[in-house]
Amino acid sequence: MMDFLLGGLTPSAFVHDPLMAGAGYAMVGALVLAAVGLTYFKRWKWLWKWMTSLDPKKIGVMYIVVAVIMLLRGLADVLLIRTQQATSVGNSQGILSSDHFQQIFSAHGTIMIFFVAMGIIFGVLNLIVPQQIGARDVAFPFMNSVSFWLFAVGMLLINAPLVVGEFAATGWLAYPPLSELQYSPGVGVDYWIWSLQIAGIGSLMSGINFFVTIIKKRAPGMTLMKMPVFIWSVLCSMSLVMFAFPILTGTLGMLSLDRLMGMHFFTSGGGGNPMMYINLIWAWGHPEVYILVLPAFGIFSEIVPVFSGKKLFGYTSMVVALIAITILSFTVWLHHFFTMGAGADVNTFFGIMTMVIAIPTGVKVFNWIFTMYRGRIRFTTPMLWFMGFVTTFTIGGMTGVLMSVPAADFQFHNSLFLVAHFHNMIIGGVVFGAFAAFTYWFPKFTGFTLNERLGRYAFWLWLVGFLLAFIPLYILGFMGATRRLDHYDASLGWQGLFIVAGIGALLICAGVAMQLLQVTVSIIKRKENMVGTDPWNGRTLEWATATPPPEYNFATILVVSTRDAFWEMKKNKVVSEPTYESISIPKNSGLGVIIGLFALLVGFGLIWHIFWLALVGLVGVIIVLIIRLTSDDNDEVISAHEVRMIETAGGGA
Amino acid sequence: MATDMKRVGQESSTKTLGFWIYIMTDCVLFATLFATYAVLHGNTFGGPSSRQLFDLPYVFIETFLLLTSSFTIGMAVLSARAGYKSRTIGWLVVTFILGLSFVTMELTEFAHLVADGNSWQRSGFLSAFFTLVGTHGAHISVGLLWMIVMMIRIAKGGLKSMDVGRLALLGLFWHFLDIIWICIFTIVYLMGVL
Amino acid sequence: MATSTHKHRTLLKKVILSLIALIALSGIFVVLMNGHNLAVLAPAGLIASKEKTLIIITTLLGLFVVIPVFILLFSIAWKYREGNSKATYTPDVGSNRLLEGLWWGIPATIIVILGIITWQSTHELDPYKAISSTTKALNVQVVSLQWKWLFIYPDLGVASLNYLPIPEKTPIHFDITSDAPMNSFWIPNLGGQVYAMSGMSTQLQLMADGVGTYRGSSANISGEGFAGMTFNVESMTNTNFNNWVKTAKQSADTLGDVTYTALALPSKDMPPKNYGSVASGLYNNIIMKYMMPDDGSGISM
Repeated sequence: MMDFLLGGLTPSAFVHDPLMAGAGYAMVGALVLAAVGLTYFKRWKWLWKWMTSLDPKKIGVMYIVVAVIMLLRGLADVLLIRTQQATSVGNSQGILSSDHFQQIFSAHGTIMIFFVAMGIIFGVLNLIVPQQIGARDVAFPFMNSVSFWLFAVGMLLINAPLVVGEFAATGWLAYPPLSELQYSPGVGVDYWIWSLQIAGIGSLMSGINFFVTIIKKRAPGMTLMKMPVFIWSVLCSMSLVMFAFPILTGTLGMLSLDRLMGMHFFTSGGGGNPMMYINLIWAWGHPEVYILVLPAFGIFSEIVPVFSGKKLFGYTSMVVALIAITILSFTVWLHHFFTMGAGADVNTFFGIMTMVIAIPTGVKVFNWIFTMYRGRIRFTTPMLWFMGFVTTFTIGGMTGVLMSVPAADFQFHNSLFLVAHFHNMIIGGVVFGAFAAFTYWFPKFTGFTLNERLGRYAFWLWLVGFLLAFIPLYILGFMGATRRLDHYDASLGWQGLFIVAGIGALLICAGVAMQLLQVTVSIIKRKENMVGTDPWNGRTLEWATATPPPEYNFATILVVSTRDAFWEMKKNKVVSEPTYESISIPKNSGLGVIIGLFALLVGFGLIWHIFWLALVGLVGVIIVLIIRLTSDDNDEVISAHEVRMIETAGGGA
Repeated sequence: MATDMKRVGQESSTKTLGFWIYIMTDCVLFATLFATYAVLHGNTFGGPSSRQLFDLPYVFIETFLLLTSSFTIGMAVLSARAGYKSRTIGWLVVTFILGLSFVTMELTEFAHLVADGNSWQRSGFLSAFFTLVGTHGAHISVGLLWMIVMMIRIAKGGLKSMDVGRLALLGLFWHFLDIIWICIFTIVYLMGVL
Repeated sequence: MATSTHKHRTLLKKVILSLIALIALSGIFVVLMNGHNLAVLAPAGLIASKEKTLIIITTLLGLFVVIPVFILLFSIAWKYREGNSKATYTPDVGSNRLLEGLWWGIPATIIVILGIITWQSTHELDPYKAISSTTKALNVQVVSLQWKWLFIYPDLGVASLNYLPIPEKTPIHFDITSDAPMNSFWIPNLGGQVYAMSGMSTQLQLMADGVGTYRGSSANISGEGFAGMTFNVESMTNTNFNNWVKTAKQSADTLGDVTYTALALPSKDMPPKNYGSVASGLYNNIIMKYMMPDDGSGISM
């Protein structure tokens, strides 16, 4: 009976070593504290309004809040990893057991990719895409809310092992047979599977949503070749989501069938084929890298022209390059395992395809640089992040090309050289891009800019910290240091470099602290940094809305006739006579949150083999979906009069 | 009023595009399962191979049921567009019965295999087989659930334009599942036996 | 105007300071590396030295693009900074066919060159391709276990655990499999790695130039004891190697189905050990047990 009720869940599952328990209970404590605060300040209703909102701007903010919290979690993991590797030498075993260490780096990778990078990207998309295409909303506002709540539930599940159970100790991609029941009998891998499965389905829905939004909701006159390059980058990135994420869903599904039902997809023995998993996971995984980095390219394609006071150089080749990268990114997955022993012909093909991607990427870098040529460049923080991006990304690109040559890759694969390379691409590309975007678009939603001086400090801390953290890893790779080692021999002489890398990680943490300080100071002293609706002399339509933008973004739908539509409007002094009309917007809906909760039950039930709970969750999801899909009254109308009131009160400038 | 009509039209074309893209993503999911099936087809681990297991005439009846249901749901959509309420429901009932028979036959086939000791645990090949065919069956079941909801709505509220649109999407979904089944029939059963 | 020159000066100061910091940093790295084995760049074998050459050529080709990018980036950023009102300003120039053609063309040309190098090197350094040598190759069968390495010398009838003695200047033909989660077999001083997977056999060819001891390890995580899966490769003269084989043959430890099954159980940080004899067909049995259900004979899972 207890087995039926509680599955594999026993009291001992709540027992952890002090370090993990500390982290877990700190998180629970923070939640309790938040709950107390909400009650004390009577803010529950306010919170519920946020949680149930279908306004992409609010959803975008929620994505970013989650991503920032997860960034802190991921950084805490980094500090543990770095401490372990700097101290666990020779006779010393460091601060962590091997199993715990392996759980931590697995969590670090998974969290940073799925819940930080993806969170930031979808946050930015929600905030910017509708406004930049001159639309009032995304194509499917309710689905957008569901996407977010599935993402949030994935986030809960990946942090739950801090309190109950354990996390996967198999690396962020959980290669079988290690991740199969035979070698990982605990719940760790199941947490990994269901966290990603649920969040991944959310991402897939977001992908469809933004793709359709861009295709269908653009302002009249904005033809494809008049779209801002950021929108192009999102369109490409979302098509990658549409093609790549179903592969992830299928692959995770098969792995969980192996673990739950004793199937033999990827087991060693029983007729399973672990290599199939590795192929499939990278058929998703490589496009995933571009899903993250293409929007970052798009962000820089917006920032460089604005701060150079000049048109983007080579718009057409930028678009062609984006499309080329999108298509090519599906033809290179095998370069993640040249060492599997495929023949020389196969390896050559995938090696060359990988190098070919360097061409359109290089074109983009040259175009950005030539956008600056004969411009008037203002070196505000977003531009600093751009300079940092080109510097680090170019180095990362070079080490990437180095590893795309199969025979050379045999010496780099799974070494710390590889670890340094992909951090070079993800931090230099995605993270720096996200920070540039944050500084650039922050005043759009708040009316004041971020403190410039603290922003610069943060940038330099990040850049120097980055170099200190990862140059040693490149060198360690040459010394034969493989990734994921919880211990090594003192005679190898690696310790000094690991310590330097640890100092680098500390500097990066200081950079993050500086950014938190920057936001706090900027909010406190916001009066000093008040700006109008167009603080940077922007070029695209998001700067044409009020600040902060009203829920419907645009009172009057703008008609576009050129690229850089807002720039042209300013230049030609187009003042559209406001004719207010009634606007229909989606009502708040709590059903997204409820679907998320039921999905949580499904995930938790399957992880702990509490099958009745999973069934309740599944039936719940289906019923809520039927309720929502069969209801016809989901919109509310803001009358023309109210729109006029909002527009004139908000300055409407 | 004219702009309102335009808005509704735009909204439905947005939904249709969204649905087409969903179908495309589902195709990718099935492609993943097909690829895995192809790779694991020979991995019988000493167990029975596809040649020893599959009963073509039986599967042929399943195929026939599903193909017919694709025709009948097309009739339902046409009737709905023409505004014949009871005829729409009638065709939906026929489609539902055909679909349900299909699922029942599939489950019977599965039950026989398991009873003979050839469950999904037997070999990589059988894991891939049950998962691929079962995923299609699960989709059909979702379609049946959707059909029930549509029948209730149409019976209660008549043929509102929103519901006609939804029915058209259901038709699209059903045809898509038919195409997937034809692939399964060809790749799994026909090529498995020949 | 005064503020702008002031700005330049502080900027210049910053640039100089960062350059000094960079040099100091490189100094630290050189000190830290000094005297330690930079395995990939210090090849002690034919394959590793060819791979090193390849790495250097590829790096130089990469720098051919990277250096101009850096020069362009910083010089343009400097020249067209807002404070420099003398610089030309053309806000509406958005394209130039010639220039764009140039930077589609230059990287493409480099990639063509690199592609040819890749084609040639991938075939030449294919881990399955036998090394041509006048000396006959020595066969070694490698089995990765939880968490140790077993090396079987099928032609010599001996085996060793976590220790790989090889004769110098002799091509070594490795057949590699796993009786554990996937590992990767890597001896950076001698050449690149190949995966060790259960139910499969991969190959690798290496050859040591001379006498020496090199570190080998697993490059792919395989569970709790993975970090301890290191071993020493000892390249020795033919005489010494033959002596080792003689000593090994005298070892009381033998490797049959039963002893192997016991050995395959998870264990960490095992000391090196020799086996005087090995059951014939052991390597194939290890592979086959993942291909067919256990029929009661032979080694069990």
